[in-house]
Amino acid sequence: MHSDNISFPHFSADPCSSFYQYLASQRPELLPMARWGTLLPQQGLADSPLTSKHLPWPHGTTVLAFTFQNGVAIAGDRRATEGYQIAANRMEKVFQTDDYSAMAIAGAAGPCVEMAKLFRIELEHYEKLDGQPLTCEGKANRLGHMVKANFPMVLQGLVVIPLFVGYDHKREIGRLFKYDITGGRYEDTEFHAVGSGGKDARSTLKEYWKKNLSEDEAVSMALRALLNAAEEDVGTGGPDLLRRIFPTVKLVDRQGVRDVEEPQLAAVCEALLNQQQET
Amino acid sequence: MALPYYVSPEQMMQDRAEYAKKGIAKGRSIIAMEYSDGVLFVADNPSASLFKISEIYDSIAFSGAGRYSEFENLRKAGIQHADVKGMMYSREDVTARSLANGYSQILGTLFSQEMKPYEVELLLAQVGETPERNELYRISFDGSIVDERKFTAIGGRSEAILTLLRKETSETCPSLKEALTLCQHAFERGADPKSSLEGLEVALLDRTRKGRKFRRVPTPEASQILA
Repeated sequence: MHSDNISFPHFSADPCSSFYQYLASQRPELLPMARWGTLLPQQGLADSPLTSKHLPWPHGTTVLAFTFQNGVAIAGDRRATEGYQIAANRMEKVFQTDDYSAMAIAGAAGPCVEMAKLFRIELEHYEKLDGQPLTCEGKANRLGHMVKANFPMVLQGLVVIPLFVGYDHKREIGRLFKYDITGGRYEDTEFHAVGSGGKDARSTLKEYWKKNLSEDEAVSMALRALLNAAEEDVGTGGPDLLRRIFPTVKLVDRQGVRDVEEPQLAAVCEALLNQQQET
Repeated sequence: MALPYYVSPEQMMQDRAEYAKKGIAKGRSIIAMEYSDGVLFVADNPSASLFKISEIYDSIAFSGAGRYSEFENLRKAGIQHADVKGMMYSREDVTARSLANGYSQILGTLFSQEMKPYEVELLLAQVGETPERNELYRISFDGSIVDERKFTAIGGRSEAILTLLRKETSETCPSLKEALTLCQHAFERGADPKSSLEGLEVALLDRTRKGRKFRRVPTPEASQILA
């Protein structure tokens, strides 16, 4: 089929307005997960001596999310590693997915970025076809289905673990969801962190998280957790003051999603590093 | 034994065209008009929940007149096409021109090959980075496609509305308020003298917005614009 032609109106018995379902039924060759799933076993990568430590593809690393006074914050470091090499030091792992939601991902970089891109289209597609956006819960469930569909790739070592945050207009709170590799979806009301430095970030969050954090406290806590994770974990990149590389922090509240700007990130990072020097 | 009647192709096409036109004549009208910051869509639509104007992609909007089920199917096909194309290539590669071509192909094929042609007229607009790069397309039931400037209209009363608009518009690009006033007057005088702002569906492709340019304008906001 030539891609420049609109296909004839597609009368599907499937009533849901899902782009993923549309691709699966009409253009399966475009689904990244489906394609890789069938390719990899033939090439014998499943049985290869490559272990998760020496994977030849870039890996994303520490991402975290937690609730604060006005909503929910989501943050991630910028490093991608390829075995013992640094593949990228400006990688973006936190993505805005629509006006009121964002996701962050840890795992194999390629599939991670592809899933975030597909998920963004999925939400927009639904909104356009249906005339109204999905609810926060609906978005979280949709992402769960996509993680589940990725399971064959997990068996090949291409793990993708997302964190999802969104503002729920009905309940008027920010909500945070974590996933396991099988697509299991768990809501958390406090905080969570995943990736190679996730455990270290979690212990910092555990120590500092409290109810009703202010916005400034939230930014500072997110950076502190990432800083501590970077100190303990080789896969996590700390702030680089020399080259002006800072972690990504996004805040999601009633007004929508916004990035914490670089000057603020730089100031908070410097303050935290100075604090460490003094003690 | 009954012999099949011979019907000349000319007669057959004419019958089909008449049939389609009759269906469209019953449909309410829609106007698309360029204004200083983008493209304004106004539809004669008493329903507050069933929309006639909708977003296809970042800077492209769609509107259909005639049979609802038919243009709704075309709208969905357009969104699917645009989203697939945007994913395969890049978001900038999705253009109203290629969508209009696609619609023209579908409607042309349906008109000449199916028992019953689609009783729809479509309006497709893309807001450009500059006013000169705006695009307006009107696509008819038989797949014929017209590239318009400044304004265009579809639906049952489109001829009357277009005549009025041609008389009233000036050379310069109108502001949002002027454009909305022009459209409202055109509906009042060309289609329905009792038409009120509540019975109009208003939407914009607004160049000044970041990312997705499409935005619906609820009635209270529309009356504020006119005030």
